[in-house]
Amino acid sequence: MARNHVTTTINGDPVEFLCDTEQTLLDVLRDELHLTGSKEGCASGDCGACSVTMDGRLVCACLVLAVETQGAEVETIEGMADGDRLHPLQQKFLDHAALQCGVCTPGFLVAAKSLLERNPDPTESEVRYWLAGNLCRCTGYDKIVRAVLDTAAEMRE
Amino acid sequence: MVADYGCQARLLAGGTDLIVNMRCGRDRPSVVVDTKRVAELNQIKLSRTRLVVGASVSCRRIWEQPEITQRFPALIDSVTLIGGIPIQSRASVGGNLCNAAPSGDAIPSLIALRATAQICGPNDLREVPVEDFCSGAGENTLAKDEFLVSLTIPQPAQNSSTSFLRFTPRNEMDIAVVNAAANVTLSETKTTFLSARLAVGSVAPVPLFVEEAGKSLIGKSVCTANVVAAAEIAVAHARPIDDMRGTFSQRKQLTKVLTIRTLLKAIKRAGGTIDDV
Repeated sequence: MARNHVTTTINGDPVEFLCDTEQTLLDVLRDELHLTGSKEGCASGDCGACSVTMDGRLVCACLVLAVETQGAEVETIEGMADGDRLHPLQQKFLDHAALQCGVCTPGFLVAAKSLLERNPDPTESEVRYWLAGNLCRCTGYDKIVRAVLDTAAEMRE
Repeated sequence: MVADYGCQARLLAGGTDLIVNMRCGRDRPSVVVDTKRVAELNQIKLSRTRLVVGASVSCRRIWEQPEITQRFPALIDSVTLIGGIPIQSRASVGGNLCNAAPSGDAIPSLIALRATAQICGPNDLREVPVEDFCSGAGENTLAKDEFLVSLTIPQPAQNSSTSFLRFTPRNEMDIAVVNAAANVTLSETKTTFLSARLAVGSVAPVPLFVEEAGKSLIGKSVCTANVVAAAEIAVAHARPIDDMRGTFSQRKQLTKVLTIRTLLKAIKRAGGTIDDV
């Protein structure tokens, strides 16, 4: 069967690609567009390592078919820093050592950014619930939660 | 297209089940139809008398509307508990119903809320109450050439409210060991039940509508003894299995505890008080 031609926007840039119907957004991001910041952990929507936003809503790229992004606005971890200037969340993750192996980190950052856009002043419990779809096997979550709360406080100033 | 391709075609709403099944080879459809591109299946229509939710509408689009929270709280209890935020951004209430898991977290709330399912076939549209939609674990009553268009929930009566609770060993991101939803309508003085509906999930092959439990409350005073008596009826109807998530006796016990608590929560939300708790 012919491949699908998709026109979409990724991190603000217009992008066109060809994909098979069964290819996920994650497959296309990583294998066709070489945006390898989004990670494949479970490929079943459990771990959140492939978190991206699509039309402003947080989704798992492994649970979206690439053809569904026709006409959509996709934001990935690659769009988070402004050139060499890290996003405040990225800087706070470094300051708080909120990562160890780093595989889950892009997903946590994308998820945390979408939380702070919706709720600039979250409680600890709100942070934990919002990030419940992201699994980290190294940090024990505490440093991640503190980094997010600290970023939120700084961004409100 | 559904009629043309029959069982070779799959409808894609949130994709949280379909894409996983395609990936691991459990499902190999020749055609995938993205129902979110069909306006009627992707709309939320809120009027004074009812709420119509298209079959592909995501959980998140429901909880993003404060008015739905106010008017249909049990539905919000459900859609804020299904998976984490990325899943809620995609997974649909219609898909939760069509998937027909005994533990489906939206289904007891839909039953309690008197939701009906609008179903489209090649020649006509039909409507069934949600409690008659599931036919077995993972099975529904849709014919091969039919699909779910929308769910319609009537505006609850005055002095009424709804509630949904589930039990999982963890706080979040888990499958219900038992879940339960209640809808109560109280008298003007909020001391007597005018009507009640109770639904319990994960205790039978399909989510159970325990009509007798609700009916037992009609005309009774709002007090703990009557709530407990209704819960006992739900326990008698529950026919759970033993599995990795819970045992028969644990599920029986949970049925009682959850139906009591969800009834009390609905009563409280309706403005009623129970003095003897």
